[in-house]
Amino acid sequence: MELNKIEKLLEKYFAAATTIEEEKELKDYFSSSNVAPTLDQYKPIFVYAVQAKQEQFIAPITLKNNKRSKIVWLSIAASVAVLLGLVLLTFNQYNELESQDLGTIDDPNIAFRETQKALNMISEHVNKGIGSVKYINEYEQTKNKIFK
Amino acid sequence: MHQKEFMQLVNPFKDKIFRIAKRLLVSSEEAEDATQEVLVKLWNKNESLNGYKSIEAFAITMTKNYSLDQLKSKRASNMTIVHDNCTHKEAGLQEKLEDKDTWNWVEKIMNNLPEQQKLIVQMRDIEEMEFEEIAKVLEMNEQAIRTALSRARKTIRERMIKIHHHGIE
Repeated sequence: MELNKIEKLLEKYFAAATTIEEEKELKDYFSSSNVAPTLDQYKPIFVYAVQAKQEQFIAPITLKNNKRSKIVWLSIAASVAVLLGLVLLTFNQYNELESQDLGTIDDPNIAFRETQKALNMISEHVNKGIGSVKYINEYEQTKNKIFK
Repeated sequence: MHQKEFMQLVNPFKDKIFRIAKRLLVSSEEAEDATQEVLVKLWNKNESLNGYKSIEAFAITMTKNYSLDQLKSKRASNMTIVHDNCTHKEAGLQEKLEDKDTWNWVEKIMNNLPEQQKLIVQMRDIEEMEFEEIAKVLEMNEQAIRTALSRARKTIRERMIKIHHHGIE
């Protein structure tokens, strides 16, 4: 190709007035091995443009089926599970209350003994509690000894 | 639409949107993420896709917007974009006679252009898109695009000539 024509095309190219076809001509010329030495400086521009178009997207494409709707469904499922759990729990407790054996005793003697047993148990625990109060008394006494 | 059909539909231009994203985001990984994101968005639009005249142009617009948003949020969070421009410059000087390196120079010069010029040069000089298509994607008139393109091409030329002379001296 005549040097003249290429120079004219270049001029048009830098004025952004070339067509796609003319730009392809330039790319072809500068990719060839017989580029005029005076135009050598333009070579990288066009060679790069050709090279850059070769780059491909090679990563595998994963089309996650609508990420957002998945999250929505998951949250719905979770809330249903929680609700169901709560309903079951309260239902069970209610049932237990209904069927609970309160241990009513008909015979007054046995009832008296059982009551005594229960009260003894309570007083035992209370005594245990009082036992530790003795320590405080001890402390009080020592205190009184020192601060008269 | 089935996945297979969809893949066939996007196959002709998936490389293109990857390259455009990479031009803006610089890093390959981020460009891959952007491409992935755009394809998933397209896939989710599935039924309404037929309403668009050119799915390709639509995909390119989405890629442009997504990438620019990424850049904006990056800048907002004060993260510095790691280019390897500086380190390569010095290594490049030693190997400046190698052809491959001079192509890298063009890439570096392009990456330093303003975003809009980057996009225009990418779409015109590399992807060989018509001005009409570029105008649609960028929502600009053709004349404004020609002006910006001319400016960008001249910038690349000037910087390349500087490097070229430097290489000869």
